[in-house]
Amino acid sequence: METQELKNIASQVRRDIVRMVSAVSSGHPGGSLGCADFLTVLYFDKMNHNPSNFTMDAVNEDVFYLSNGHISPVWYSVLARSGYFPVSDLSGFRIMGSKLQGHPSTDKGLPGVRMASGSLGQGLSCALGTAETKKLNGDNSIVYTLHGDGELQEGQIWEAAMYAAGKNIDNVIATVDYNGRQIDGDCDDVLPLGNLSQKWQAFGWEVLEMDGHNIDEIKSTMDKAKSMTGNGKPIVIIMKTEMGQGVDYMMGTHKWHGSAPNAEQLATALDQLEETLGDY
Amino acid sequence: MIEKINIEVLGKKDTRSGFGEGLLEVGKRNSNVVALCADLTGSLKMNAFENEFPERFFQVGIAEANMMGMAAGMTVGGKIPYTGTFANFSTSRVYDQVRQSIAYSQKNVKICASHAGLTLGEDGATHQVLEDIGMMKMLPNMTVIVPCDFNQTKQATIAIADHEGPVYLRFGRPSVPIFVKPDAKFEIGKADKIIEGTDVSIIACGHLVWKAIEAAQALQEKGISAEVINMHTIKPLDAKAVLDSVAKTGCVVTAEEHMMNGGLGDSVAQVLSRNTATPQEYVAVDDSFGESGKPEDLLTKYNIDTPNIIEAALKVIQRK
Repeated sequence: METQELKNIASQVRRDIVRMVSAVSSGHPGGSLGCADFLTVLYFDKMNHNPSNFTMDAVNEDVFYLSNGHISPVWYSVLARSGYFPVSDLSGFRIMGSKLQGHPSTDKGLPGVRMASGSLGQGLSCALGTAETKKLNGDNSIVYTLHGDGELQEGQIWEAAMYAAGKNIDNVIATVDYNGRQIDGDCDDVLPLGNLSQKWQAFGWEVLEMDGHNIDEIKSTMDKAKSMTGNGKPIVIIMKTEMGQGVDYMMGTHKWHGSAPNAEQLATALDQLEETLGDY
Repeated sequence: MIEKINIEVLGKKDTRSGFGEGLLEVGKRNSNVVALCADLTGSLKMNAFENEFPERFFQVGIAEANMMGMAAGMTVGGKIPYTGTFANFSTSRVYDQVRQSIAYSQKNVKICASHAGLTLGEDGATHQVLEDIGMMKMLPNMTVIVPCDFNQTKQATIAIADHEGPVYLRFGRPSVPIFVKPDAKFEIGKADKIIEGTDVSIIACGHLVWKAIEAAQALQEKGISAEVINMHTIKPLDAKAVLDSVAKTGCVVTAEEHMMNGGLGDSVAQVLSRNTATPQEYVAVDDSFGESGKPEDLLTKYNIDTPNIIEAALKVIQRK
């Protein structure tokens, strides 16, 4: 897909995000805005998937797990915009009885979601399981995951990292949203992550890095990552992003990790985000 | 003159070996069955499956959280994962992984847990989980099964493959009498009435079922007719079996190798309190951790042995 087209989609996704969280005065806009470009490229340009006929088993389809489930707004928007469910359903975000739970769940039957997430650190393990099943089934599809950088403080991530390299899981591409911020502040102040690239390399992973707001670079890095699958090693992309990207007052701070804009703040945000595909 | 209760003992074996045999058998019957183990293959008797189906066996190392997440993920694509580790590491260590990735996500994972309870013995309280039934039965979507002997553990291991949804299967380490017939049909949620009786109902699970049989035999010599029910499925509980039994006996003793809080006894009490208030005595561990020792000695010290069931029966009959 053309870069400009992807940019247009990402802009609409960002509008969806701020409108969704503002409508219910809750949710996590910061990380959602930061991952809008990546998830747009993944779902609209890189993944082999079938949005109009969602199946839990994903036979001969790529699978994506959102391990940092709190950025559900961006995922829901991308799922809706790519055709998993009507965009009008986005108005149900965080409303009682809705399929669009605060954190992603399977129990309400939202197409596109195969695993609940929210309690952090679990998605990589789930991805490895699906990757092993795909190998057993002779299915050459890829399993993608997205993780927060703060999420890497969870020990289970490193259990999974050790397994993936030790057992030659080479059909997984994990991405880390490296924005350097978490709910209590900068990661460096909360619990420094150290040298992430070296950590993953030491665990035996192929490590790529990219600018998570440069659509062309995301495209080329994803292509490179895909070309590296099947070679006996798991692949991780350290994706540099800005929390709150696209809304000036949400950038450069951790304060919009889990806070929603009020009506006035929403208007300011929407002024900065072009409506390209029509609001839901 | 009351007739002597005669339960045929077919041998003696550990329930974990029943799991190992059942896993091999279900692996042969169903090619979607896969097994994961966290460095306890020998202890869980999973070697036979590993040898027969090496490509379907996943050694994850000492990383139980990753194992539970992987098991959840493996269901996407149609596999039926059986995880194997000690009961403590199958539950309390990984409760959040089981809760979110398996129970809430409605994944078809079979959590197979060995060395449950005091009868793990000498390793002591760090490994003797006594809270697991409570933890697992509280999770929505989770089925909880505690088979009583080698044969039943084997049968349950095979049966749960045909049940769509998460299952917690709890078994143990020591060698115990076998009395379930090798060709018995295991039905999830359907209690086994082992002895018919009219004076008191003894409802037990796991290793305590044999103790309940011993207690019933001793009670009979005192002229008391005890009904013994093997409640192998804690959730969903066979409420009808409970209510039908107490309709005859009017009182109940529950017996389990588990904490009093949250175990089989509480499940039975809930059925009774909501239907027909009935005197009940608990044979269970009373708010205490275990300790190192020989399994039989520990059952005695922690008041969950045959004499405790007899005593509880005599007491509850007085409360009618």
